[in-house]
Parts: sequence; structure tokens; C-alpha cells
Amino acid sequence: MITINCFLILSALMLFIGVYGFLTRRNTLAILISIELMLNAADLNFAAFNRMLFPEGQEGYFFTLFSVAISAAETAIAIAVMINVYRNLKNNFVENLDKLKW
Amino acid sequence: MNFTYTIFILLLPFFSFLILGLAGKWLSHRTAGIFGTLVLGVVTVLSYFTAFEYFTADRVDGVFQTLVPYNFVWLPFFDGGLHFDLGIMLDPITVMMLIVISTVSLMVHIYSFGYMHGERGFQRYYAYLSLFTMSMLGLVMATNIFQMYMFWELVGVCSYLLIGFYYTQAPAVAASKKAFIVTRFADLGFLIGILFYGYYTGSFSFDFTNTAVYLNGAMPGVGADFSKAIAGAGFILPTALFLMFVGGAGKSAMFPLHIWLPDAMEGPTPVSALIHAATMVVAGVFQVARMFPLWIQYAPETLHIVAWIGAFTAFYAAAVACAQSDIKRVLAFSTISQIAFMMVALGVCLPEGGYTDNHASLGYMASMYHLFTHAMFKATLFLCAGCIIHAVHSNEMEFMGGMRKYMPITHITFLIACLAISGIPPFSGFFSKDEILVAAFHYSSAMGWIMTGIAAMTAFYMFRLYYGIFWGTENVEYHEHHTPHESPAVMTIPLILLTVITVTVGWILPGSFGSFVSATGEAYHIHLDWSVAGTSIVIAVIAIALATYIYSGVRQPIAEKMKATFPALHKWAYHRFYLDEVYQFVTHRIVFGIFSRSFAWFDRHVVDGFFNFLAWGTNAASYSIRTLQSGRVQQYAFVFLLGVLVLILMLII
Repeated sequence: MITINCFLILSALMLFIGVYGFLTRRNTLAILISIELMLNAADLNFAAFNRMLFPEGQEGYFFTLFSVAISAAETAIAIAVMINVYRNLKNNFVENLDKLKW
Repeated sequence: MNFTYTIFILLLPFFSFLILGLAGKWLSHRTAGIFGTLVLGVVTVLSYFTAFEYFTADRVDGVFQTLVPYNFVWLPFFDGGLHFDLGIMLDPITVMMLIVISTVSLMVHIYSFGYMHGERGFQRYYAYLSLFTMSMLGLVMATNIFQMYMFWELVGVCSYLLIGFYYTQAPAVAASKKAFIVTRFADLGFLIGILFYGYYTGSFSFDFTNTAVYLNGAMPGVGADFSKAIAGAGFILPTALFLMFVGGAGKSAMFPLHIWLPDAMEGPTPVSALIHAATMVVAGVFQVARMFPLWIQYAPETLHIVAWIGAFTAFYAAAVACAQSDIKRVLAFSTISQIAFMMVALGVCLPEGGYTDNHASLGYMASMYHLFTHAMFKATLFLCAGCIIHAVHSNEMEFMGGMRKYMPITHITFLIACLAISGIPPFSGFFSKDEILVAAFHYSSAMGWIMTGIAAMTAFYMFRLYYGIFWGTENVEYHEHHTPHESPAVMTIPLILLTVITVTVGWILPGSFGSFVSATGEAYHIHLDWSVAGTSIVIAVIAIALATYIYSGVRQPIAEKMKATFPALHKWAYHRFYLDEVYQFVTHRIVFGIFSRSFAWFDRHVVDGFFNFLAWGTNAASYSIRTLQSGRVQQYAFVFLLGVLVLILMLII
């Protein structure tokens, strides 16, 4: 029997994998992938709540769709930024990107 | 009878000022001078016409009506309460002042055409003259004390501009600043007096009959509390009036605020004539005369203080005038002395019978009469001095002497004016000075004798001046390589006109000045008191004879000997009893040196220090925490995560 708890455990796992990846990866691309993981964990929650708790409504699905579209746009910009970073620094390690301080 | 055209007496000189001031650059000297003079001529004609209409109109109950052709509320305060008005008021002293101001100003305009010929800034000069005349006319036509104050300050500004006319020369700049600062300082008293007065009486108007204080002594400012009202009437009004008098003392150069006036000689000589005769220094006398009904009714004791201040000033100025060598300075001190005579005349009025007794308030009429005659002969004296300075290019008496040969017209007019100021009949000064002496004797015989003595000193120093310029030791060497010459007609004609007035005004209007201007407004017939008049004539003649004996010869052994016998006295009088030095000491050493310096220290170290400390503290705190911002994204995210976890924990627990 698949209950809502299964979805919640899965999404919690995805979120914390994402958090862990965000904090520990050096490569900005890997960090981006971690962010996507966290976003998708949230999307999964939306869809699961809609399906399990309010099956007559549609809002959760629509919100998930919005979120997917926005994360696609954000990824496009992030990758563009990374390409430029790579062209300037010849690598894309996050510890080199600390000029924006003080 | 409506006097609505009197507004043009104010507007015309103002427009003349605007046109000459703004467009003067594109006008030739000739056009600018003629334009200014013509406008002033029209103003003079209007003033004379106003006087004619006013004094030929019917009296009501034997009194000339006070007319208010214009009056509108300019700035209202508290609904229905205090308000500033602007308007025009005509009463006998206003109309008399219109004649004095416009006549002297017109003469100065004509005269300046010759005197200022070819000067740089000729158009500017005429623009300022117009503004000066306008301000003084506005001052005398004001309907309320605040409007008077406004024009009063305008007069101060104009005197500043004109005294500093030669602004490239350091002494002129210093003198103009001195005049402005001293009179401004005194005007502070005037302003405080006005505010006192307005607060307690609920009105600024000169129409005293409508103020509550005049009707029954009740003062709206202190409400219905009877005891307070009594205290107010006994203390507030005299204080307010005295504070106003402080302002008047500044403008009228009463001791110890007279120090600006001798320095004001740095301006062009016709301006000195204007300042001394008509437009500036008489403002203080006029102000006291304007507030006279209140003075005499509520503050007669304070009024007598004014009289004693005046008497001391008259004596001091006469003593200093005896020792000066700069001819304009002698005239300046003689002005101070004569203005003080007018103040004395106002001050010796007695409150017997209140405001209704013309005889007890004789001094009021005498003061106004002397103002009128003094304006004419002092203008003559100054314009003559201008001619002389024009001829020898110096103010110092040592370059003069024997000038009678070169300048006959100036000589005769100067002599007549000297006789007038000395109080010799039938010249105008005799009649007015005699009235002042009668009033002084009426107050107390001590005051009478003091003023008679000062009148004798006046005769002495004026004839010392006269002989020093026109007789005495001629500076032959200087005159040979630079022969003095009589001034052109444009300068001598004003002299002659003013002299004609000086000669005739005393007996052409026998006793009738009093029928135009008097304390109550009812006709007062001047009749000479021969015991007083005779004494003053005899003393004046003795003083003149003494001056003749000492100063008329080519050699002056007595003058030399006097100087040698009392070197200290001469030196003190020559240096004006070191009053300027006292002021210098007080302002620089005490005010600047002690007070200003300690205030500056407090400001720099305590006030500034506090704010500098705040700025420094913010800066130091920021420096110490700035390393928190490392630029490492993952570190930020970690801190953020920790924060979220802490929040969640707090929510759960």
C-alpha cells in the first residue's frame, strides 16, 4: 500500500541529498544539480498532496508545472553564467568565486 | 478729500530705483541723473500738494484729522487678533516730514549731478538715492509700528549701500559695515519693544485711541487679572517704549550708539547731507514723536530718562566737535548734538493735564520744528562742505583757510547756515532752538541752563569751523598750485534754495509752525519768551565773538596756547574720548576674545565631539564585523541552514 508517507520520505531524502550536495560539492555544475534535486523534492510534495489529500482539485499539479518551467529558465541562466565563469577562470570551482565580499 | 494719490509718493521713487538699478547699465550718466531728479521732482510736487491740501482742509474740533487713504491687512495672526497692516497714514508730522524729505532729497539729487560728475557707478548712486528716499517716505507714512520697522530696516540697508558707495576703498567698507552693525544691533531693541507692545496691547496700529490700553488700561495679553493689568501698565509699556527708543537711539546716534555716524562720512558728501538732514538720523526722533501719546500718558519718567540721555549726548558731541579737524566730522558731531536737542525737547514734555495740554507738551512741537529747520540748514552745511571738498580735494582744515576769496556763494550760504544753527535771529534755527530752550526751562531750570550752555558750544564750534575754512591761516602753498574755484551752478543753486528756506522759514511763518504741528493737534501759537530768547542770543553772540577772537586771525596764538595748556583734554576730545577704542576693546577682547572663543571651544570639542564619536563608533563596529562576509556561497548556505534548523527546533519545542 503506497501511502502519503512514502512520498514524504522520498522527498525528504531528495531534499537532504540536495542540501548535502550543495554544501560539499566544489564544482558549480554539481551544485546546480543539487539545487535541482531540492526543487524536485518540493515539486514531488505538491503533486503528492494534491493526489492524496485533495484529489478533486488541480492546484498542486499546476504549481508543479510552474515550478518546473521556472527551474528550467533558472538552469539556463545558471549554465550561461558558468560558461562565462569557465572562460574567465579556466575552471568552475566554487571556492574561486569569492570576489563579491566586503 | 481723498488722498489716494499719495501712494505715488512711495511708488514713483521705487520705480525709479528699479529702472535705474536694473537698466542703469545701458543709460548714460546724464540720462540716469536727469531721470532720477525728474522723478524726485514729481514726488516733491506731490508732497507739497499733499501738504497744501492737508493743511488747508477743515479742522475737526480744532484738530487736523488723521487720514488713512490706504490700509489693508497684510499678515493676519490669530483670527481677529494681531495683524500686520500696510497702508498710508497722514497726520501733521507725516505731512511735515514729507516736505522735509522730498525737499532735501531733491536738492541732493540736483547737487549730486555736479558733485558726482563722471564718477564710476553714477547710475547706481542715483538708484540708491531713490530707494533711500522711498524708504524714509514709507517710514513716515506707515500706519503701524511694524510697517515702520520694515521701512526702518530699508533705511538701514540704503545707508549701508550709500556709505559703502566707494566700495573699493577699505575705510568706506569698514564704515558701512560699522553703520549697519551698530544700527542693526540697536534695532534688536526696537523689535523686542514692538513685540512686547503688540503682545500686551493687541495692536500694532498708531491709532492709539482704538487700543485697549489707551481706553481703560486693560491689556488683552494679561487678561482680566486686574493686578496684572496694573503691573503691566506700570512696567510693560515703559519698558516696551524704552526698547523702541533703543532702536531710535541707534538710528539717531544717541550716546553710546553714536559711533557709526562720524565714520559714515566715508560716503559721498551729498549722501551725508541726506543722512544727516532728512532721511536717517531723524528717524529715531520721528519714532519717539510718533509714539508720543503713549510716552506722555504711560511713561513720563522714562521719557525724562530719554531727555537726560539726549542732554548728555548733546554735550558730548559738542565737546568733541570743538576739537575735530576734518570738516565733515565737525558737521557729523554737530548733527549728533542737534538731534540730541530734539530728543531733549521730546523728553522734557510734562504729563500735566495728560495728552491734552499743548503748553506742557511744548517740547513736542519744538522738537518737530527743530527737525524741520535743522534739516534745511544742516543740508546747506553739508552741501557747502561738499563744494569745499570738491574745490580743495581734502576734508582737512589745514588745506583750507581763506576760502572766502575763491568761493563767494559757498561762503555766504555757509555763514547763514552757521548763524542759523547758532541761534541768531532772524534765521530759522533761532526760532526752533528757542522753543526747545523754553521747553527745557519749563521742565527744570538746570536742564534749561545745560541746554543753553550746549547751544553756546554749538555756536562756538560752528564758528571755529567757519573761520577755519573761510578765514584763518590760508594754506597758500597748496592753493597756489591748485587754485580752488567756485562750484558749477548745478551745485550752488541747491545751496541758495536751501539758504532761502533757512532765512525765511522762521519769520514768514511767524508762530504758525505750531498751528500746523503740535502735541494735541490744536493750533498752538508760538510766542517768543524774551527772557529765554534774549539770554540765548547773548550767549550765542558771546560764543561767536570768542570764536572770532580765537580763530579769525591769520595767526592764532590763543588756539595754539589752549592746545598747549590742555594737551590731554585736546587729545581726548580729538580722539572722541576714545569711545571707539572702548568699543573695539569690548567687542574684540571681551566678546570675541572671551565669550566667542569659549563658545567656539565648546562647539568644536563638545558638540562636534559627540557627533564625531557617533560616526567613529559606527565605523569601528562595521570594521570589526566585516570579515563575516567571506564571499563563500557554501558558507552562507550553511549558516542559513543552521538558522532554519534552529527556527524549526524553536517552533517544535
